[in-house]
Amino acid sequence: MTLLQVRNLSVGFPTPDGVVQAVNDISFSISAGETLAIVGESGSGKTVTNLALMGLLNNNTAQISGTATFQSHDGEIDLLGIERNKLQKYRGRDISMIFQDPMSSLHPYYSIGDQIIEAHQVHNQVEPEVSRQRAIELLGLVGIPDPAAGVDSYPHQFSGGMRQRVMIAMALVNNPSLLIADEPTTALDVTVQAQILGLLKDLQSEFKMAIILITHDLGVVAGAADNVNVMYAGRIVESANVFDLYAKPSMPYTQGLLDSIPRLDQPHTNRLSAIPGQPPSMISLPPGCSFAPRCSRKEEVAGGRCSLELPELTLRSASHSARCFINEGAVAK
Amino acid sequence: MLSYISRRLGVTLLILLGVSFTVYVIFAFLPFDPAALTCGKNCNDPGIIEANRRRLGYDLPFLTQYWHFIKGLFVGSSYGMGAALINCPAPSLGYSFREHACVSSIIGEALPVTLSLALGALVLWLIVGVGLGVLAARYKGKIVDSASTVFVLIGTSLPTFLTGLMLLVFVVIKWRLLPFPAGNYTPFFEDPYEWAQILFLPWVTLAFAYAALYTRFVRSAVIETSNEDYIRTARAKGLPEGTILGKHTLRSALAPIVTMAGLDFAGLLGGAILTESVFNLPGLGRLAIGSVIEYDLPIIVATTLLAAAIVVLMNLIVDIAYAFIDPRVRIT
Repeated sequence: MTLLQVRNLSVGFPTPDGVVQAVNDISFSISAGETLAIVGESGSGKTVTNLALMGLLNNNTAQISGTATFQSHDGEIDLLGIERNKLQKYRGRDISMIFQDPMSSLHPYYSIGDQIIEAHQVHNQVEPEVSRQRAIELLGLVGIPDPAAGVDSYPHQFSGGMRQRVMIAMALVNNPSLLIADEPTTALDVTVQAQILGLLKDLQSEFKMAIILITHDLGVVAGAADNVNVMYAGRIVESANVFDLYAKPSMPYTQGLLDSIPRLDQPHTNRLSAIPGQPPSMISLPPGCSFAPRCSRKEEVAGGRCSLELPELTLRSASHSARCFINEGAVAK
Repeated sequence: MLSYISRRLGVTLLILLGVSFTVYVIFAFLPFDPAALTCGKNCNDPGIIEANRRRLGYDLPFLTQYWHFIKGLFVGSSYGMGAALINCPAPSLGYSFREHACVSSIIGEALPVTLSLALGALVLWLIVGVGLGVLAARYKGKIVDSASTVFVLIGTSLPTFLTGLMLLVFVVIKWRLLPFPAGNYTPFFEDPYEWAQILFLPWVTLAFAYAALYTRFVRSAVIETSNEDYIRTARAKGLPEGTILGKHTLRSALAPIVTMAGLDFAGLLGGAILTESVFNLPGLGRLAIGSVIEYDLPIIVATTLLAAAIVVLMNLIVDIAYAFIDPRVRIT
């Protein structure tokens, strides 16, 4: 069942120098229980995409267009078309979000219990004591030691990893069908990263929820995702099943990202390859493929077409599409 | 928490002792003869001066005088003997020859006036300052925000005495909306209505300047807090905007206001000199100014000490209040 279907989402931020087109006409869908990774470097539009879906962008400063059909607990809604004050009732209940920096995402003046209870109370007409029990239960599930005592602790008494667990508990308190995790492990050290990702995976099967995992770390993607959208300069440039993506990257940018991961099976004397150049200005995107100025394979396409014409996202196999003129039409077997 | 408070109280007492000594030193070594001052401007009878010097203890060594002063605070003090015996009950701050009264009873009359003035103004400026600041932040760039900017500009640039005089001229004299508040301060417990009526314009005058400062401060604090990650979290939880502003944003934004308000209030309790002068209120500020002009040393020492004590105590109260607001500074 398709849980969320995003069509033609664009987000622009008007500035005195012109409109910053942070997200440019992207479409994707996610099924119930699926993990979809959105990968890309800083400024590629990953976070803005999801803030737009959550209605967390300021309407005064962002121009949002497109539709996002979502199966909520009381029927189908359009996340982008619905009035802001109506969206409130789905936020934190059907869709939850956890953020990059757990150190600053919790209110420093309220106990973690108060903050989780508040998230439960706002969507459920129950006694506060019921919410408190629910909070304790969730804190236990995410691995907070002695949750009955921890519920009255304050955020500053926890480490970063523990705070991210608290954030997860808070996000899951209403049993959402979709969890948006915006770089949930970026601010954490590597061993804690693995714990948090493992926890998310365990909870996903327990809560039967879909996860949109925003990350710039392809290592995280390989272990956690079913499908991957690679974003570059506000557009989806490649979208594939995680196995296809790693086996046959069909867009030089994805290839570049994969090549820039250090590998254990190569001699350590090999230099790590980097993608040369900088991402383009989001105010004036190049007319052709946005990646063309940095692309090492654009000579393979005749007539400098890459710099003149924007390639479409075309199918490469049943579950694999890419935005590149190279091998276009040659649908892999 | 209790041990923290008692520890802080101990330190506070030490500070007050230090302050009292410093003040006493400064005034004891001023080039004035307190005994000569007791006898009036045109008095040059050395007999009376010497008699007064002995009566008031100004002939004793400096440290003994200071010791008597401290002792007087706890057990009271008496001056002279026989028919001319003057008793000042504890806490005694000395005896003012100019007023022919114990300093503590003079202060006891002036303090309620200043307290009424400062308390009313505090309430008024907090309501206006916080209210307008929050509105301006919430409707940033809208008409409310622009109006608040104008208010802030006027409030911070108009001096208190001008605001006070203009209010007097228009509200009292031209439009006759209120009776002329000519030194007829009425205590609250005597007639609350008259008390409020007399203090209303002084409150407005004093609150105006402070409200402007607080509006500007609250506005920027609320805007800054609104951009915090935890406010985004609150919104992602699905909380209504009113709850986000009222519970999450304001709690963080207003914490520094507690410190500010506490210290501003303490400052005012030392005497709102200009406002009291303009409205002819017999408060501490006017008392202090009067005693400085007349070299009434016992009153100068007492008002200075009182102002210092209020500031030190208010600091303690603010610190304790802060521990309740912010769990990160909570002390066990």
